[in-house]
Order: sequence, then C-alpha cells, then structure tokens
Amino acid sequence: MDTPASLTSVSLRRTPLYALHLELGGKMVPFAGYEMPVQYPAGILKEHLHTRDKAGLFDVSHMGQAFLGGDTAALEKVTPADVTGLKEGMQRYGLLLTHQGTIKDDFMFSRLAGEAPLYLVVNAGTKQGDFDYIGAELKSSASLTPRFDRALLALQGPAAAAVLERLSPGISNLIFMQVTRATVAGAPAIVSRTGYTGEDGFEISLEGADAERVARALLGEAEVMPIGLGARDSLRLEAGLCLYGHDMDETVDPVEANLVWAIGKRRKSEGGFAGADTVLDKLLNGVAKKRVGILPEGRAPAREGTEIAVSGTIVGKVTSGGFGPSLNGPLAMGYVQSEFAGEGTRLELMVRGKALPAVVAPMPFVPHRYRRK
Amino acid sequence: MSETRFTDQHEWVRLEGDTATVGITKYAAEALGDVVFVELPQKGRKVGAGAEAAVVESVKAASEVYSPVGGEVSEANAALEAAPGGVNDDPEGAGWFFKLKDVAAGDFAKLMTAAAYAEFVKGL
Repeated sequence: MDTPASLTSVSLRRTPLYALHLELGGKMVPFAGYEMPVQYPAGILKEHLHTRDKAGLFDVSHMGQAFLGGDTAALEKVTPADVTGLKEGMQRYGLLLTHQGTIKDDFMFSRLAGEAPLYLVVNAGTKQGDFDYIGAELKSSASLTPRFDRALLALQGPAAAAVLERLSPGISNLIFMQVTRATVAGAPAIVSRTGYTGEDGFEISLEGADAERVARALLGEAEVMPIGLGARDSLRLEAGLCLYGHDMDETVDPVEANLVWAIGKRRKSEGGFAGADTVLDKLLNGVAKKRVGILPEGRAPAREGTEIAVSGTIVGKVTSGGFGPSLNGPLAMGYVQSEFAGEGTRLELMVRGKALPAVVAPMPFVPHRYRRK
Repeated sequence: MSETRFTDQHEWVRLEGDTATVGITKYAAEALGDVVFVELPQKGRKVGAGAEAAVVESVKAASEVYSPVGGEVSEANAALEAAPGGVNDDPEGAGWFFKLKDVAAGDFAKLMTAAAYAEFVKGL
C-alpha cells in the first residue's frame, strides 16, 4: 500500500500550542506552512463524533488575524460584503475578490463595540498574500495591522456554551455571529459565537502567551477533547462549508461557488467592489458551472479530483470528498455544469475507472445547530 | 505450519501450504487511521505479485493494497465490507483482506521476514 508523504524539509512555523499538541500525542503534519496536528490518539472518527456530541477544542492559530484601522469602509473595494452596514458587536462572512471577480480568499470581519478598527480573520495559507492585497488596494486610506503573533482557538459542539460559561461568566449570552471582548480563564480575549463545524460554538482570539494556559483550562473541562485538522475537515464538509484552495479559489467567482448570500443586498445594486462588473453580470445572466453537494450512493468515498460524469460525458469535478462520520457514509462537493446542478440530478463519479452512482444533494449534509437567538 | 512475511508497502502475507492470506500491517493501519471503506478483489481473479488487488480508505485518504505474491483469489473478507473498522481492530488477524490459492513459492521467499520488517519500520 502507499505510505503517507513524509515531512518536507521546508521550515515550518509553529503555533503557541505546539508543545501542547505534542504532549497530547498529536500527529503533526505540514499544513499551510505550519506544523499542525492532523489528529490526536483518539483518531479522526472519535474526534469528529465527540465534537458533534459534546465539545471539541481546535487550534486555528495558523489563521491570519489583523486589525484594520482608518477608513474601514474602504474594505468594500475588495469584498462584496456589506461592511459599513455591520453593526457593533457583530461578525460577518466576506469574500475577498480579485479584479476579475474571482475568489482570492474568504474571511470573517468583526466590528467590536466601541472600537473603530475592524478585526479580520483570513485563511492560513493565504494570509500574507491577502494582507498585501488589502494593503495595496486600500492604499493610505486604511491601515492594516497583521497580528500573526495572536492565537486563535475554536471551541465547538453542543456543550461549548456551558463549558465556556464556566471560564467566562456571561459569555453564553452571545448569539450566533455576535462578537465581544471578554476575559477567558483570566486572559483578555476576543470571543465570537462562530465556527466552521456546523455546530454551536465559539472562536477565541488570545495573546499568544495566554493561549496554552487557556487551552489547558478548556481541556480540563470534562466535555472537551482536542480535535485535529482531520476532523475539522470532515466536520466542515458535512456542514457544507467551503475549504479555500479546494472548493473555491481564483478560478471561480461567488456565483459559481454558490456563495451569492455573501454579497450584501446594497452591494448588488451599487457594485463598487473588485470584479463587480463580472460578478453582477453573472448574477443576472447565470454561470456555466456551479458548486453542488454530492451524495455517492454506495459506500466508496470519491476524493478531491474525481471526475463527475452524466451518461458517460464528463460534466465536472469533485473539489472535496470523503467520509462523513456523523452521516455514516461518503459525501462530496464539487463543480458541475449548471444544467446538472439541480437537486436530485443523477451523476456518475469516476472512481478507479468505475462509474459510481451519485446524486446532487442539498447542503448542509448534517443540519447546522447554530444558536440564533 | 505457517509463516508470515512482509512487504515494504506494508502488506503482510501468511502462507499455509499453497494458500496465502493477505492484509495490511499494524503499522499501516495506524498510519491510515480509522478505515471507513475497503474494496476487495472478486473470487477467481488472478493477481500477479505486486499487482493492485484491493483498496483501503480511511477518513483521511485512499490507498491501494498490492498483492505480495501471485495467485488466484479464493476468498475475500466480506466482514470488512460491512465493518471496515475491523482493519484497525485487528489488522494482522481478523482484519485480513483476501486469500489466494496456487501461490508461487518463489514470490514468498523474496519477501521480508518478521524480523526484517520490524527493522524496516524502525528505520522509517
């Protein structure tokens, strides 16, 4: 059988929790330039199911945090999200677009109560490029301060609120997409009721020096288990959430990626963002391909890169695929020609030379359980 | 009287007379993680030594399983299709993949002994 690829000799960065990952028995792999735990001794299946059952702690410190000061409204030059309409104490999802209207990255932005700068979180592998791009596009009107030194933890699962409430009394009053400064286990933090698993939960931004102590305090709670990148990926796939560089990249636009909801209502009529002409034209006139959810009918997973066919003709490609532990079966997402994007459309997945039957399915594959009120 | 030998691709093969049982090693099962799918060869299929004979998939990734020796598939472990996690539970026992008959003894002799494989794994 094939052996897993060995570590490359490229020097990798480490998060403030590196020593803790080793202590917990994390299997470290290179990811987005960092050495990160793909799993702990419990394994991906148990970690995944535990997160949906109780609570999982994820180290996402490799993601890019920054503060944007000055004319923050200028961020609307590079995203179709409604930035100026974001209320204090709220976080919002945004797409960072190229001038061709394709997706340079996706990110979260927050307006903390009583603070002028916006707090941003972008993807790990793209953070330097994103911040260079934002800096160049916004020029002198706004000032971007990357905070690669900060740590970011995600506490996800139905027990997350009860757990975090013990370490940060009052925090469970937040609802989905709200954000606030708070004290967690004595450490100053930015806490949002967000995440990327489809479960209720929180993301906790900390000074790097406080991260290990706060992580240990969270892991000290009976419901919490450390979760690696493997389960993070299967959780987000079941939740129907895109992974940048796989399910979207600079070759697709928000309409093709089925992320039209990330374009603010006002922005649709006003435009004024990078690539707006292209994106608004596609909104109106349609696109040739679309991102869809796919359920294989057998037990065989169809991995990223698997060709998708209809009656023997290739009509698309899988961009994320694997096994969903909560779904207890294979699942995928990918791009197909728009005429085959309708729910219930029968597809064939070309796995090891065989055409496996599959069907276009609604996402999320596992219902979201956000706390919306 | 049986003997088990190993490949550098982390398969094991146990020979009893001219019948062989093939699986993946404990090292391989641990490296793969939780197995969620196996694809096994059809009975009657003839496989050559080193030929792709089965597929094993974990949550993380798919891997091919190569037949360490040539022969004709006499049985596949149907229990694994229903419960692929059996590969992790007992990789070098109940988690076997397939059996071969009419095995060429010469193929077997070329493979690593248990001691040689243990050394090989230590060096990885």
